[in-house]
Order: sequence, then C-alpha cells, then structure tokens
Amino acid sequence: MMTRPGLDHPRLVREVPLLQARGLCRRYGAITAIDGVDVSVYRGEVLGIVGESGSGKSTVLRLLNLEEPADAGTYYLDLPGYADQNLFTMDRYYRRQIQIRHIGIVYQNPYLGLRMRHTSSGNVAERLIMAGERNFATLRQAARGALSASEFPLERMDDLPIRLSGGMQQRVQLARALALRPMLLLLDEPTTGLDVSVQALVLDTLARIQRELQIATVIVSHDLGVIRALADRVMVMRHGRVIEHGLTDQILEDPQEAYTQQLVYAKL
Amino acid sequence: MIILDVQGFSKAFFVHHLQRHIPAFNEVDFRLHAGEFLLVRGVNGVGKSTLLRCLYRSYLPTAGQAIYHAHAGLIDLACAADVDIAALRRTEIGHVTQFLRARPRVSAIDVVTEPLLNQGQTRAQARQIAAEWLTAFGLKEDIWDAYPTTFSGGEQQKVNLVRALIVPRRLLLLDEPTASLDANARAALVTRLAQIKAQGVAMIGVFHHPEDVRDLVDGELHLTNTQVDYVAN
Repeated sequence: MMTRPGLDHPRLVREVPLLQARGLCRRYGAITAIDGVDVSVYRGEVLGIVGESGSGKSTVLRLLNLEEPADAGTYYLDLPGYADQNLFTMDRYYRRQIQIRHIGIVYQNPYLGLRMRHTSSGNVAERLIMAGERNFATLRQAARGALSASEFPLERMDDLPIRLSGGMQQRVQLARALALRPMLLLLDEPTTGLDVSVQALVLDTLARIQRELQIATVIVSHDLGVIRALADRVMVMRHGRVIEHGLTDQILEDPQEAYTQQLVYAKL
Repeated sequence: MIILDVQGFSKAFFVHHLQRHIPAFNEVDFRLHAGEFLLVRGVNGVGKSTLLRCLYRSYLPTAGQAIYHAHAGLIDLACAADVDIAALRRTEIGHVTQFLRARPRVSAIDVVTEPLLNQGQTRAQARQIAAEWLTAFGLKEDIWDAYPTTFSGGEQQKVNLVRALIVPRRLLLLDEPTASLDANARAALVTRLAQIKAQGVAMIGVFHHPEDVRDLVDGELHLTNTQVDYVAN
C-alpha cells in the first residue's frame, strides 16, 4: 500500500466555509446509512458526492436539507444570525425557516420536488408563499424571473408539470429551488434519467447559475461525467463512510483507493 | 524573484488490481524564477507530463515538496489543501494540455470567455478579449458560436490554448501545447508565450518539437529513468 502524507489545512483561502458538517451519523433500525461523515463547502464551490447505490450519499443530502434528523453530528451554515447554531439541535420552527429561505434542493424524481397538479409557476410561487409573500403580482413576477433564469420556456409556465418533459420538470424544480436565492443548493442526481442531449443543456444551465449566483452547491451523482462537468471537489462514499476526497480531476485521474480506482476505470 | 522551489519531488502510482507500484519520476529538484522558461526533456514515458500534472495537483505527488511563492505567501503544492489549489488554479497557475475537455453544447466563444467571466469580467469585455485571442490564433469567426466537439483536432487545440492562456497567470505548465497546430498557430502561440514571459510569467514546458520554443528556454530539466539532471542554459 502507498502511504502519502495528509494535506494541510487551507492557508490561502481564509474565508469560513458556508457549510460545515462534522461526524454525521444516521441509522435506520439495524442499518447504519452513514457513519461519521464530514462535509464542508465554500461559497461559489461545487462539491460532488459519488458512490454506488446504498453508499449513503443521498442520506447525506437529506440530512443537509434538514429533512430528517441526524443520530449524531453537527451542522453549521455561516448565515447572518445563525453562524454559531448547530442546526440539528435548533428549534423546529427555525430549522424550517432556514430550509425554506436558505436551502434549495432538486431531486432526481420530480414527484418528490413538485406538485404535479399545480401549475409550474404555482410550484415556484409556493416557495415564496411559504416565505410569507402574499401579493399575487409579486409572486407571478418572481416565478417568471426564476423560471426564466432556469431557462424554462415561459409560454408553458402555466402548464402542469405532469404535462412537461423530464428536462423541463427539472428546470421547474431548479426554479423552485432558486426562487428565494438560497445560500446552499442541493442536487440529488439532477440529470439522471434525462436524454443525453437534454442532460447537456441542464448541466450548462446549472454551471451558469452556479457561476452567476456564487452559491455553495452539493451534487450527488453516480455519473462521473456529470461530476467532472460541475464539481470542483469530490467525496467518494462507500458503506456510509467517506473513503477518499480530493479535487475532481485528481480523484478521476489519480484515484488512490482500490474502490475509487475500480469506479473510475469502469467508466466508459 | 523565485516562483517555485522543487525538492525531492517524486511520483509513483499504485495500481490496486495489479498490486503494483509504477514509478514515474524520482527526486526531482529545480528552482524557477519569474519570467523563466524551463524545458522538460526526456524519452516517452519518463514522466514529463506526470511532473506537470503533479505540480497542478491533477496527480498527487508521492514525496518531496514544491514550494510555490504565491501572491499571498509560500505554499507547498505537494500538500496544500484542495481549496487552496483550486484558488491558485483560478488566479495564478495555468495548465495547458493537448486535449480540450469542453462541456457538450457549449460554444467555442463561451468556452474561452468562461475563465474571464469567472474572474468577474462582464460578458461584453470577455467577448472582446476572446475575439482578439481567437483571431490571433487563426480560428475563423464563423465557427466561434459552434460547438468545439464538432471541430478538427487543430481547431479544438486553438480553443483549448486560448481558454488556458486568456487569463493572466504567474506560473504556466505547458504540456505539448503545439501538438496538432499548424505553422501559423504555432507561431502565434510562441509569440504570445514570449510576450507573457517578458511580463514575468514563469513557465515549465514539455514540447514534442522543442525547436519551436528554442529562443524562450532558460534552462532544461532532463528526466531519465534513473536520475534527473538540471542544466542551466
């Protein structure tokens, strides 16, 4: 086995990461889904999480989205007024407020992220209503702006998502996720299941939005091509633990662990 | 002014399914100053590109240090935090490779303006700078809005070079940038390299035809399978 010295702490980058989570653990009955996972993401940065099904990568995302509790671990977002608060131990009301205002999520399955019997613009506006906006004209205008930023064809903004193609459904999810200008964007296999050509367009939209908004993004995908196109850094997960992490090109071109080498060399 | 001080720099790959170490280069020492051009020489497979990739940290070096004199202070490229390396790549260290790896469905002009936009320039400024560079390298204007994946190898390489060089750097790692270029584009590249070298940019280069850059070279690093020799011109 090759041993190499560990990497230093950041010295040139002085800012605090937007997201800092330590020691995340989550069990479902006898099954340990994740066990001691650390995550940090800076503003303007995209962190990729790769690993096979059941490795725990989606569980990490659900915890970061405050959808379910952690059995152990701490979670800090560097937000005004909340920077010293472990979000896991915070009051449910505030946790919900942070989830609505500062975290956006796009799921692989649009049925998880969208109400199929509400219009597309209504789906986006709902997010603003949850944050307290009540003026119809404002809601409509904001929904239009968010959909347009996600490159959704506006002439279809009053269609039901169920009538839309998979690529357009993902754009509605993205518009909904970004409607309140969150600090953190979570993407769970956002292009899996889309046609290759549609996938390329959605990836381009994601890359542009990432550049323009400078948000912190975590993307989970088993598609290494998607990770290469979007992520600055990558974490490799297996059996609920992070086995390797590094710069995206380094993980893909010079993977150190046996499992990562298999994963990378298996790519077509 | 020293830019890079490399000592005992080594790389070996460990391939798990073979249970084997594959050595690349061993115990490389050299020093590079601002505005200097170091040519890396050696036969195929001796680890020339691997050396550049280890300095850019696409590969993890196995041993040694590479102290880079960044604007903000000294940092060892061999073990700097990933986010520090990412920051240096955005601002100070460039890697010019033979291969363009563009996202699909992104036009040539968007590929080359992206580094400028990432630096916060406006779209109009970025487009104007990109137009100058693409013209200098002889890429015809009527294909600027096309996808580079449809281009010839030489055209792709021009896009690749412009993208890599368009943002000013302090250290450039050049991995056979003239491969697959026609004579005019090669001349344009050498002219640009001479200009930025005069501005103080330090460069480490691997060239299949070193005569292209003969007038730029200040020192040579000879990699062999057994040893490394540094020769100052």
